[in-house]
Amino acid sequence: MQAFTKIHGLVAPLDRSNVDTDAIIPKQFLKSVRRTGFGPNLFDSWRYLDVGEPEQDCSRRPLREEFVLNLPRYQGAQILLARENFGCGSSREHAVWALYEYGFRCVIAPSYGDIFFSNAGKNGLLAITLSVQQVEHLFSEVEANEGYRLKVDLPSQTITAPSGEELTFDIGAALKERLLQGQDDIGITLEQGDLIREYERQRAAQRPWLFPDLN
Amino acid sequence: MTWGRCVNIAPIVLKNPVTENTLSVTLGSMKAKTLYDKLWDEHVVRDYGNGTCLLYIDRHLVHEVTSPQAFEGLKLAGRTPWRRAASLAVPDHNVPTHNRHSIQDPVSKKQLDALDRNAREWRIPYIELSDERQGIVHVIGPEQGACLPGMTIVCGDSHTTTNGALAALAMGIGTSEVEHVLATQTLVAPKLKNMRIHVANTLAPGITAKDLVLHIIGRVGTAGGAGCAIEFTGDGVSALSMEGRMTLCNMAIEAGARSGLVAVDEKTIEYVRGRPFAPAGSDWDRAVAVWRSLRSDPGALFDHSIEIDAGRVQPCVTWGTSPEMVASVHDKVPDPADEPDPVKREGMSNALSYMDLRPGTPIRDIRPDRIFIGSCTNSRIEDLREAARVVAGKRRAQNVRQALVVPGSGLVKRQAEAEGLDRIFLDAGFEWREPGCSMCLGMNDDRLDAGERCASTSNRNFEGRQGAGGRTHLVSPAMAAAAGITGHFIDVRDII
Repeated sequence: MQAFTKIHGLVAPLDRSNVDTDAIIPKQFLKSVRRTGFGPNLFDSWRYLDVGEPEQDCSRRPLREEFVLNLPRYQGAQILLARENFGCGSSREHAVWALYEYGFRCVIAPSYGDIFFSNAGKNGLLAITLSVQQVEHLFSEVEANEGYRLKVDLPSQTITAPSGEELTFDIGAALKERLLQGQDDIGITLEQGDLIREYERQRAAQRPWLFPDLN
Repeated sequence: MTWGRCVNIAPIVLKNPVTENTLSVTLGSMKAKTLYDKLWDEHVVRDYGNGTCLLYIDRHLVHEVTSPQAFEGLKLAGRTPWRRAASLAVPDHNVPTHNRHSIQDPVSKKQLDALDRNAREWRIPYIELSDERQGIVHVIGPEQGACLPGMTIVCGDSHTTTNGALAALAMGIGTSEVEHVLATQTLVAPKLKNMRIHVANTLAPGITAKDLVLHIIGRVGTAGGAGCAIEFTGDGVSALSMEGRMTLCNMAIEAGARSGLVAVDEKTIEYVRGRPFAPAGSDWDRAVAVWRSLRSDPGALFDHSIEIDAGRVQPCVTWGTSPEMVASVHDKVPDPADEPDPVKREGMSNALSYMDLRPGTPIRDIRPDRIFIGSCTNSRIEDLREAARVVAGKRRAQNVRQALVVPGSGLVKRQAEAEGLDRIFLDAGFEWREPGCSMCLGMNDDRLDAGERCASTSNRNFEGRQGAGGRTHLVSPAMAAAAGITGHFIDVRDII
């Protein structure tokens, strides 16, 4: 995955709570066997007036002009400002792939669906959690100021507003490290291969019914 | 290997037997633990000391939608599955529920073919589409005994929580994690918080596990269990059948929880006994002895605790686009104007607009166009019996254009047919289909059209979930059946 260190990006506000992963990427696009190609179908049923189908040329589809990502002022946004429980529901990692491919590198919200949050961290998408009040404040700033951009700095865990105002955010040490390095989890885990094998050996002795293949 | 090889385990002689005593010393202190703590501690391969642990995964369920990219990743990196026998693959999301041997949709076919190819190439235990045991992954896992008490179980599917009814730590994961589990048989995960939902008293006759879980979600909200494993306790849970407990745990994710759990009791053990993947002979006795400890210790600490009075649960119907937007069938559609929180108020207004409902409308006056009885929430034999009891001798209402009954697995279907349930449904004008996820998410051709309203026994009423522009009302199988007969929502107890 791509590493995340810092960005200075345009912010787009998605002003609704409980945005589920079905809304982020509707089911018909989950039939793909690839990791790419989801960007044009991000928020498909909110973004377009027609019903999208997989492998369609989206450049010709009628847009729902009032949808926030279709507004001219938010074109090129890299930071998505969202409400509570963003990414709830289905485990589909396609939701993160779609956000990333669209161009988002960071989401800021008061809370996330657990699986979405985990998926984001595996794909270099920084999901920042701020308080409800801080998010509310950012919503009013973004809506009041066209071209509102934030600097997000992962090493110092800070967000800097155009006014110079600085917010700090929390992030787990392991996730931070992985994002900064753009690390492949599997490679790191396989370094623990001997430990895993030893665990299996012991557990197969204690719980033989779980390891018919190892006994 | 063939899938069936896991079924009969030959007795083994241990070279270096490790006693249960050693285990408890190795695996943790004597501090009172929750069921989740016990399951977690027993599976930690390594504590990284940074808030995450390397957690061993006993069972990995695989379906066609969230696995192709994982298998591809494995291949590109030149890796192989760590322990094939720990996986079990089955197609379910895309499969047609009629004429299933000629799949019309070429995109669905490609994905089903990919699972078939990957399972064969990597020699993953696999129940193929033509196998009678095929069905929804979370139905066949417990049905085959592939999901057992005390296991860690993952699947690239959020409703993996279903399997927590067996006192297993069962969690939905993303595709990157699917690849990680395939390659290493482990997950890197942070420990969750402990939440207890204590269900005092028992449900009134005619009220089901589905009503209970909808009631709970209405109370705690769709993010109420975020970051938590929820253990469901109390008389209201003990009184549920295993299938009822699966319905309950299935929707723990709709309360935001990563995992739902119910402790082991006699019902758990009797449920598992004799299933194809379950231990047998001396292994069975040993396993049962271990399983009996799978309950929270007295005095174990929970981070959050909530009490529910099962006696107050009414038949539930969702009116909005989030499972927390739920009411009793005797209530009215709420008015956003009464909601003080502006974000919630706007959410309610959006939902009512999408659902084409007006505040103050009695839930009973809502008239569904279609009925869907199925999904990993409610497609087991007891669900079908409940629905059949309601429709027996009656006819589908004129305004209900279609009523689909989709059993959760081929074995559920066979059992239902042996009991004559298929005839009851067909005689009432309901359709009897082949097993799969079907209209829960409409990845096959069972879909709502824009503007259509559905009484559905599935788990999500999100916008477009059952088809673009479709409107979903979540209910129990009996309530869905009742709506199919009367043409509007009604307290099922009034018509049986």
